[in-house]
Amino acid sequence: MADQQEILGGLAEIVNEVAGVPVDSVQLDKAFTDDLDIDSLSMVEVVVAAEEKFGVKIPDDDVKDLRTVGDAVTYIAQAGA
Amino acid sequence: MSTQPRSDADAIVVTGIGATTPVGGDVASTWDGLLAGRSGVRSLTEEWASELPVQFAARVAVDPADVLDRVEARKLDRTQQLALVAAREAWADAGTPEVDPERLGVSIATGIGGALTLLGQWDIYRESGPRRVSPHTIPMLMPNGPAAVVGLEFSARAGVHTPVSACASGAEAVAQGLAMIRGGRADMVVVGGTEACIHPLPLAAFAAMRALSKRNDDPPAASRPWDTERDGFVFGEGAAVLVIETAEHAKARGAKIYGEVAGAGITADGHHIAQPDPEGKGATRAMRAALADADAAPSDVVHINAHGTSTPQGDVAEALAIRTALGDAAADVAVTSTKSMTGHLLGAAGAVESLACVMALHDQLVPPTINLHTLDPEVQLDIVSGQARKLADDRFPGAVALNNSFGFGGHNVALAFRSYP
Repeated sequence: MADQQEILGGLAEIVNEVAGVPVDSVQLDKAFTDDLDIDSLSMVEVVVAAEEKFGVKIPDDDVKDLRTVGDAVTYIAQAGA
Repeated sequence: MSTQPRSDADAIVVTGIGATTPVGGDVASTWDGLLAGRSGVRSLTEEWASELPVQFAARVAVDPADVLDRVEARKLDRTQQLALVAAREAWADAGTPEVDPERLGVSIATGIGGALTLLGQWDIYRESGPRRVSPHTIPMLMPNGPAAVVGLEFSARAGVHTPVSACASGAEAVAQGLAMIRGGRADMVVVGGTEACIHPLPLAAFAAMRALSKRNDDPPAASRPWDTERDGFVFGEGAAVLVIETAEHAKARGAKIYGEVAGAGITADGHHIAQPDPEGKGATRAMRAALADADAAPSDVVHINAHGTSTPQGDVAEALAIRTALGDAAADVAVTSTKSMTGHLLGAAGAVESLACVMALHDQLVPPTINLHTLDPEVQLDIVSGQARKLADDRFPGAVALNNSFGFGGHNVALAFRSYP
């Protein structure tokens, strides 16, 4: 199981690839929309890439609850990454 | 001159130009290349090309990936990337205008739309399943995507349009922009065309129509309008954009003026889905309508940038149409086809060639038609070949240049440009 730091690092790489946000700026307290300027379409890309990278399933109904990077890290950790 | 010059309130002029073409990555390099007679046609080096009957095309000289930010580019189809590159150049050239967004329009055409995205995402679907299809697919493949991206770039809110009429699309976009200003919907319109679908499927499909040249052993010599050895057009990609506004509006903000977009004529053949009317009747009516719309006479016309795609039938039909439309005055017109160098940019062709017309009047120089060694005896026009030609001073001011664009479906668009002042 990946620890939180590993998941954060992996997510930061994905967000950088999708949206060009510097890896260092992807922190647990950052909101995807308000802080990282990731729109709904790019969020889909982030989710699909995260599913692939961490081997988890993130149903669409759960995505709306992933407001911050920390929300996503917690979700992925609990989903069994 | 046959008529009085238009007032500055009525004259719609070009104040900014941008381009990325097979001949150059911007206007300066494109225009220099055209005047120098440089071909942008090259062999395709991709592995897939080897099984195609046509193994060459006219790719843009500068890849948009080398110009655009990576993150920006990955959400844009190549048609959008090229349109954005050309639009930014045109906008900067126009002096980065400060204009009320609700009075700023966009009319950017494409003939095919985001075919590379459609085909690429289908490959991903088949290889990896539906969940891997990009959420950006639809905004990238929709034909209005390039116009929308350019509209967003400049916050244009007067209306954003995408005329689609195959290879007449780019010219129709210019006509649409003209109509927006004349109709009072906008003070300024960003007009143009973009195309990017060099991929085995569209190439195979155009080749299946027997529309493309098969001169695989000498690609730069393949596009040869009006030459007796012509055997079809050359598939190309690129974009061109012009910023247009009334002369009054341009002067009020201190903008430089390249030339006037004086008139447009749009007709349809009603003849065949893909064959030109052999007598070019629809093309003749389009040219006459453009001149009437420009308040110009055939004797005002000094130059025509012809559709001239290098197809056996189309080139002679257009030549006949030009002679019919202009009558005796046709003999005093310097006719060229820049497609001999750029290849055929489909929905961008009319935009690139509008830009070439404006520059030809501005510089009084007509680019040559290259690869023209033996003129088809049915043409009977003064084709500029070999090297660029200076336009005589005694035809200025008031000199008019026409651009012809015709598209599968029987679409005909003629645009009339006039030197300014």
